[in-house]
Amino acid sequence: MIELINVTRTFNQGKQNQFTAVNDVSMTIQRGKLTVLKGPSGSGKTTLLALIGCMARPTSGKITLKGVTTSFFTPAASSDTLDITSLPERFLTEIRRHSFGFIFQQFNLVKGISALENIMLPAYTTGEHHHHFRQRALNLMEKFSIIRHAASPVEWLSGGELQRVAIARALINSPAIIVADEPTAHLDSVLSREFMATIELLQDEGRTILIASHDPLVYNAACINTVVSMRDGQINDNVTRS
Amino acid sequence: MSTTLNRYRYILDFALSSLLRRKVKNMSLLLVYTAIIFVLASLIFFVQSIKHEAALTLDQAPDLVVQRMIVGRHDLIPLEYAGKISQIRGVTAVTPRFWGYYYDPVFGANYTLLVPDSNPPPVGSIMIGAGVARNQRIKTGDLMTLRSASNIPLLLTVQGIFPTHSEILSSDLLTMSQEDFTTMFNFPGGVATDLAITVPNPAEQITVASKIAALYPDTRPIMKSEMLRTYDTLFDWRGGMMVVVLATAILSFIIFAWDKATGLSAEERKEIGILKSIGWETADVLILKFWEGFVISLTAFLCGILLAYAHIYFFAALLFKPALTGWSVLYPAYHLVPSINPYQLMTLLFLTVLPYTAATIIPSWLAATVPPDAAMRS
Amino acid sequence: MLLFMIVMIVHAEYRRKATSDEQAERGKLAAALKLTDLCLFTEARYTRHPAMSDHFAPFQDYPSALEHFPSGSLVSPPNMRPYVNHP
Repeated sequence: MIELINVTRTFNQGKQNQFTAVNDVSMTIQRGKLTVLKGPSGSGKTTLLALIGCMARPTSGKITLKGVTTSFFTPAASSDTLDITSLPERFLTEIRRHSFGFIFQQFNLVKGISALENIMLPAYTTGEHHHHFRQRALNLMEKFSIIRHAASPVEWLSGGELQRVAIARALINSPAIIVADEPTAHLDSVLSREFMATIELLQDEGRTILIASHDPLVYNAACINTVVSMRDGQINDNVTRS
Repeated sequence: MSTTLNRYRYILDFALSSLLRRKVKNMSLLLVYTAIIFVLASLIFFVQSIKHEAALTLDQAPDLVVQRMIVGRHDLIPLEYAGKISQIRGVTAVTPRFWGYYYDPVFGANYTLLVPDSNPPPVGSIMIGAGVARNQRIKTGDLMTLRSASNIPLLLTVQGIFPTHSEILSSDLLTMSQEDFTTMFNFPGGVATDLAITVPNPAEQITVASKIAALYPDTRPIMKSEMLRTYDTLFDWRGGMMVVVLATAILSFIIFAWDKATGLSAEERKEIGILKSIGWETADVLILKFWEGFVISLTAFLCGILLAYAHIYFFAALLFKPALTGWSVLYPAYHLVPSINPYQLMTLLFLTVLPYTAATIIPSWLAATVPPDAAMRS
Repeated sequence: MLLFMIVMIVHAEYRRKATSDEQAERGKLAAALKLTDLCLFTEARYTRHPAMSDHFAPFQDYPSALEHFPSGSLVSPPNMRPYVNHP
C-alpha cells in the first residue's frame, strides 16, 4: 500500500520558470487494486507517477510504502511503513528495481538489441543468476505470445508486439506494483482493449496497478477499482468502484 | 559477493553487445588505437633487443681503447706509445688495432676492414660478413676486387663468411692479413689505427685511462664502460627521428582520446536515460561505460603488442628498414633475440589504457546523473 | 588474446635460451677481433662505430655542418668523462 501525504513537487524552485506540477496531493493506493489517474495533459499525472514510483522525490510532503521488503528494511510488524521521501538514490533505485515495474508512454526500449535482451535488462544489475532471469523472460514472452520474437531486434516488431515486450520488461523482476504512463497513447482500439485484458490478468495475479491515462477506453474499463481525477496538479475527485 | 560479481559480469555482457552494435565505429577506433600501440611497442621491442645485445656482446670488447687525436680528428697512433702504456700498473697487454673504412664505388657500400690480432687470414684471402656477401652476391671461394689507395685493384679470395647470427657484429666486416691491409691503404709503418689495452681489474680502468691521458695528452682513452654507455643512449628519445615518431604517436592518441571525451551522441544519451529509468543506478551506467572503454583499449593494446612482437622478431623490423638504412646500402638482417622489458610495456599500458578509459567514462558522468524520471517526460 | 600474450612470453624465453650459445659465439667473435661496436648503420663513421666517435665527428666536413645522415639522428654523441683529458 502506498500513501501520499500532502505531497508537492515543484520544478525549478526559486527561478523564474518555477512550476508546481503536483500541488498538495494526499491519497492512498490500496494493495492489489487497479487505480487510474485520469486527467488532461499537464495535470500532473506523470509527475505523480514518478513520485510514487520512486523516480523522483517530492519537494514537500511524505510518501510511505507498506508491505515492501528490501535489503535495508525488513518490517518488524505488518503495519510498519517505510518512508521513502528522503531516501538516498541508491535505496530508491533498489526499491524501484524490486517492487516496481514501469511501462512508459514511448515504450523506451533499447534499439539494436533483441526483444529478449530488452526484457532482461532491468535484471542485469540485480546480481541474480543469468539463467534464472533468462528463464523468467522466456516464460513471460510465452505468456504474452511473443516468444517467436525472442531473438529479433526490436526494430522489427509491430506496435502491439512492442507493447507486450514493454509489459514483459516491467514484469521481469516480479514486481508487486505496476505503473503505466499513458499506455494506450500509441495504440488503436483493438490493441488498447488487448492491453486492458492483459492488465486484468495481472490484476488477477494480485499485483497493485497504477495507470495514468486520459483515454476513456482505459478509465471506463470494467476492471478498474479506483479512478482519481486530476487537474492542475490537484485531485478533483476520487471515485472507488467495487 | 557473487551478486556483485554477477552484476559486473552482466554489465560487461551488455557492454560487449553495445560495442558490437556499433561495429563500424568501434572497429575503426580499435584499428587506430592498435596502430598507435603497434608503432610504440615495435620501438620498445627493437630498442630493448639491441641494447640487450650490446650489453651482452660488447662485454667482450677491449677494456680500453686509446685513440690519437689531431685538430679534433681521429689520427693514427704511433706504435711507440704502446711501450710506455704497457708499463702502467694494471695493464697486462697492449695490442695495436688495424682497421678502417672502405667505400666500394661499384656497389655503393661502406665496409669495415680489419686485421685480426690472432689467426689472420693468409695473404690474398679474406673473411667477409654476411651483409657483404649479400650485397655483392658472392660466396666462399669467389674473388673480390678492392680498389687500393694506389689505384691498383686488389684481388682477394673469400675464405669464409661470418655466420648469419653474428650479422649484428660482422655484417659489413672484411678481415684480411696485415700485408693486404698495408697494400690496400698504403698504410704507413710504425702506426696503428688505435691501441686496445687489456686491464683485467675493472676498478683500475679509470686510473689507467687518466694516466694514459696524462702521459700522452694528444690521445683519447675510451673505457669499456663508456662504450657500453653509448649503446644505452642509442635510440634516445631526444634523437631527431625518435622525437618525430613519438610526437606523432602521442599527438594522434591525444586527438583520438579527445574526440572520445568531448561527448556522447544523442543516441547514447537516450540509451543511458532508458537504462536509468528501468532501474540502473548511476554507478551501473558508469561501470558500463568503463567496460566499453576498457575492452577497446585492452584489446587494442594486446593486439598491438602481439603484432609488434611479430613485426620485430619474425619480420626483422621490416617497417623500420627505410629509417635505419638511410643512405647506406648494406642493411644487416636483424636476427634479434626477443627481449621483453615488462616495465616499459607496463608504462605503455598505463599511459594508453588508463587515459582512454577515463576519456570514455568522463563524458558519460553527466549523462549518467540524469534523473530517472526525465525518461518519462521525454 | 591473453592466451597469445602468454604464448608470446613463453616464445621469447624459449628463443632466448635456444640462441644462448649463438650469443656466446658472438661474444667470442667480439673478443677475438677486438670489436667495440655493433654493426647497426653503415652510413657514416660515427654511426658505424658510435663508441669510437667523439663530439666533433658529425661536424668533420666543415664547421657547424648539419646532420645529413638519417641514422645520425638515431645515434647520440658518446658520453665524455670530464676528468680525462680530451682535446
